[in-house]
Amino acid sequence: DCTFFTRKEILRLHGRYYEMAPNVVPMDYTKDPDVKLPMQLIINMPELKENPFKERIVLSFSEDGEGSLSFNDFVDMFSVLSEMAPRELKAIYAFKIYDFNTDNFICKADLEQTLNKLTREELTEEEITLVCEKVIEEADMDGDGKLGFADFENMISKAPDFLSTFHIRI
Amino acid sequence: KEGESKEEDSCSQQNGAPRRKNHPRENRDGKKAGGGGSRQTGKQAPTKDQKESENKEKKTNKTGKEEENKEKTDRKNSTSSNSSSEESLSEEELAMLMEQVEQKKKLISTMRNKPWRMVKKLSVLREAQAFVEKFEGALGKGKGKKLYAYKMMMAKKWVKFKRDFDNFKTQCIPWEMKIKEVESHFGSSVASYFIFLRWMYGVNLVLFGLIFGLVIIPEVLMGMPYGSMPRKTVPRAEQATAMDFSVLWDFEGYIKYSALFYGYYNNQRTIGWLKYRLPMAYFMVGISVFGYSLMVVIRSMARNANESTADGDDNNFIFSWKMFTSWDYLIGNPETADNKFASITTSFKESIVDEQESNKDENIHLRRFLRVLANLLIICCLCGSGYLIYFVVKRSQTFSKMQNAGWYERNEVEIVMSLLGMFCPPLFETIAALENYHPRIGLKWQLGRIFALFLGNLYTFLLALMDDVNEKLAEEDVVKNITHWTLLGHHNSSLRNGSTATPPPLDPADVPRGPCWETTVGIEFVRLTVSDILVTYITILVGDFIRACFVRFVNYCWCWDLEAGFPSYAEFDISGNVLGLVFNQGMIWMGSFYAPGLVGINVLRLLTSMYFQCWAVMSSNVPHERVFKASKSNNFYMGLLLLILFLSLLPVAYTIMSLPPSFDCGPFSGKKRMYEVIQETIELDFPLFVAKIFSYVANPGLIIPAILLMVLAIYYLNAVAEAYQRANTELKKKMQMQREEEKNKRNNKASTNPVLQDMEDLLASSPKRATPPKQAEDKNVEPPARASPGGQRGRAAAAPGGSPVTGGRGAALPPSPPPHLFVMRPPVPGVRAPYLGQPRPWGQPPGAVRGRGRGQPWY
Repeated sequence: DCTFFTRKEILRLHGRYYEMAPNVVPMDYTKDPDVKLPMQLIINMPELKENPFKERIVLSFSEDGEGSLSFNDFVDMFSVLSEMAPRELKAIYAFKIYDFNTDNFICKADLEQTLNKLTREELTEEEITLVCEKVIEEADMDGDGKLGFADFENMISKAPDFLSTFHIRI
Repeated sequence: KEGESKEEDSCSQQNGAPRRKNHPRENRDGKKAGGGGSRQTGKQAPTKDQKESENKEKKTNKTGKEEENKEKTDRKNSTSSNSSSEESLSEEELAMLMEQVEQKKKLISTMRNKPWRMVKKLSVLREAQAFVEKFEGALGKGKGKKLYAYKMMMAKKWVKFKRDFDNFKTQCIPWEMKIKEVESHFGSSVASYFIFLRWMYGVNLVLFGLIFGLVIIPEVLMGMPYGSMPRKTVPRAEQATAMDFSVLWDFEGYIKYSALFYGYYNNQRTIGWLKYRLPMAYFMVGISVFGYSLMVVIRSMARNANESTADGDDNNFIFSWKMFTSWDYLIGNPETADNKFASITTSFKESIVDEQESNKDENIHLRRFLRVLANLLIICCLCGSGYLIYFVVKRSQTFSKMQNAGWYERNEVEIVMSLLGMFCPPLFETIAALENYHPRIGLKWQLGRIFALFLGNLYTFLLALMDDVNEKLAEEDVVKNITHWTLLGHHNSSLRNGSTATPPPLDPADVPRGPCWETTVGIEFVRLTVSDILVTYITILVGDFIRACFVRFVNYCWCWDLEAGFPSYAEFDISGNVLGLVFNQGMIWMGSFYAPGLVGINVLRLLTSMYFQCWAVMSSNVPHERVFKASKSNNFYMGLLLLILFLSLLPVAYTIMSLPPSFDCGPFSGKKRMYEVIQETIELDFPLFVAKIFSYVANPGLIIPAILLMVLAIYYLNAVAEAYQRANTELKKKMQMQREEEKNKRNNKASTNPVLQDMEDLLASSPKRATPPKQAEDKNVEPPARASPGGQRGRAAAAPGGSPVTGGRGAALPPSPPPHLFVMRPPVPGVRAPYLGQPRPWGQPPGAVRGRGRGQPWY
């Protein structure tokens, strides 16, 4: 019940997890083994493969900050990204995902990286700076030149399609 | 007895329980927390206690005696300092316990919403579960349990079903993928054309169903067959050429005398065994085509307006939203992902163009002059084209009198109109380049101009047609007499030389016939439509596809760069296409009364053009140089459509109301005016009093006040709407101001939001990536203690050394209020100050929330 999944779904998730590395992952989790899968395996899942933020997603959910996920983290990830998760929870993790340098603020460098990932670096230099400036101007409430979580949450809570886009069906 | 039933219940439950594992059961328990708690009263609990405890022995492994409960409570509270802040631990109150259980349950049910690490969640969960399991049995939940669980299950199922159904619905929208694909490459403005096209197709499909189902099918099935009467037979003179291939182009011959056109229908009042009143149906369908179209257009306009006001009020975060919510995490297909990347880039570019456009100013005088000049030029063009059409139509009337007119002479009007439609829009576009508007506004101007052009053309065409009709009407009188005399003569002759009482029937092909102006008009419209379709397709094929092929392949052996230089690839011409569609639809509306088959042709046209144009766009067009966003709602298109609907309603209404129908063809033949069919129906088919009511209602004395009333109502509503709008803008301004103020005021982030606290916990691990992960884990394990302030306090009291450690770690984290802000901004007086100040003396800086949680109980 730490997740939004039913038992069946968790079993299916386990199936997926097992599939990725059948020789490492044990079949039964009753003994609580300590197994982790490296990031390389996870981001090659079809659900994540095309996502420009796949590394960030995995990193944000990995417990050791190295990008490898234990099964718990794995379930946690898809639980947050599931449809049932509430907006606040999603916002928290979205903030983490977009916070590239993990300084708990989304600063200009983060925005630029996000933008480059989103557009595959097809915008010119000036356009990127323009957009980043606009974003900060729009969303920055406290005037410190970067977005804190409060700013981010305030902004995202009004976004109409955040909930519909920030989820992965598995 | 009750006990027995209880036993049964428990049995079934126990049977059920082993199969389920931990998860579902907990699920249920957690859910019940809300519903069960309120129902329960302290009085009931002890009585149920025993039964329930026996029932749930399996779960609890305890007998539910109160004494033991108390003991356990004590133990529990002493061992795991995790309980809530109940002060009176010593009291043996069941209610207290209950509350605790409820709290635990709530915790379990909201657990999933907490952004904790899984390990932490699991440990907290286990503790809470153990607690609940122990005491749940003692308290018992009563009978409603199963019912409640069942209800919850059904609710879940229902939600799931609804979701599936929604998915299904979105999947059923035709061409959604195609349009999305186009949108991702060409931006939302091109896609808006296709969406409009799709909408149009839907409307036409309904109209087609209406006409086909209520007019054509009954006539074909139950009416008199072909050849049975003059109006349904090809006249003798034309029979030789009636099957020529050119019939397909001219709509003469057999097609002219088919159910596609007005003239084929009979004026029999009822047909077939159903006593289907065809003329009546014909009339009503003709009216309802307009009625339905009006309704649909206006409704969708209203909806669009609603939408645009609904989400148009918050334009503050355009870029941020684009940045953070535009990627759809569901995408798992490489191609879709490519599209998405393209579309995101496009949309960013669109917004950038908008942004740049908004802060740009130049020489105003020059621009004004250029704009006036451009408008003058365009007006000249319009007048010229109008005159040209008038001239051509006049000429075509003389041509039509000559019998041996060639192909060109006969189709001159259509050709000229199509050519005008082809060449004028690019001309306008060139002129519009002088004006230098923002592309979106420019598009609107362009649309307006071309619309004026088309409209002028259409109306000159109509006027010329009207002349034609009047001529035909005059001719008709003559023919009527001739027909009369022929029939009479035939009758007489048969009477004279035959002894039979009934004359041998005259071959229907031989009866002299009136010109039947309705069919002529219908044919005119059908021809126009068909030639329009052909011209559109040929333009696309030649102008876009061949050009693209040429540019693509000849480029290798050409002296300059074709792709970048002069011919290059074509852009998708939104304005021309939209207007073509609107104009075409206007013709359909006008013509459908005289040619019921026209709508069918149009449906086919829209269907093919959807595929054809999608293909053409994707294969041979390039995106606009300046990509721009479609205006939020395509109300502009709808407005054009409404206008043309109204304008096309006029001529039809005029003919219905004031021209006499031809005497020998069509469902209204023999009547003075077409609308008499209603009067006839009322008189003959309804009881007398209905007719009376109608005559009262139709009285001008009643109608004029009604119209007055409507006008007044419109005025009133308009005023109200205006007032609302003003209030709305006022509010918006206020909100904006408030936002600014907030921006200024907000100088620290120590809000009382508990989420923030969790954030800190979470984020704690990330900056510490360098340190061994063990420490992070360590941190994650410990938080259960921090979950509730009560535990915190106990901990703080027991080991004062412990908290500074955690506090110190917290302080190292950035999320605590940035120090410079304290200095720079004047601290907000009042509420916040104490929270900021308090923790410091105790050396616990981690943040206001935690500080308060710990600090307050000491007072």
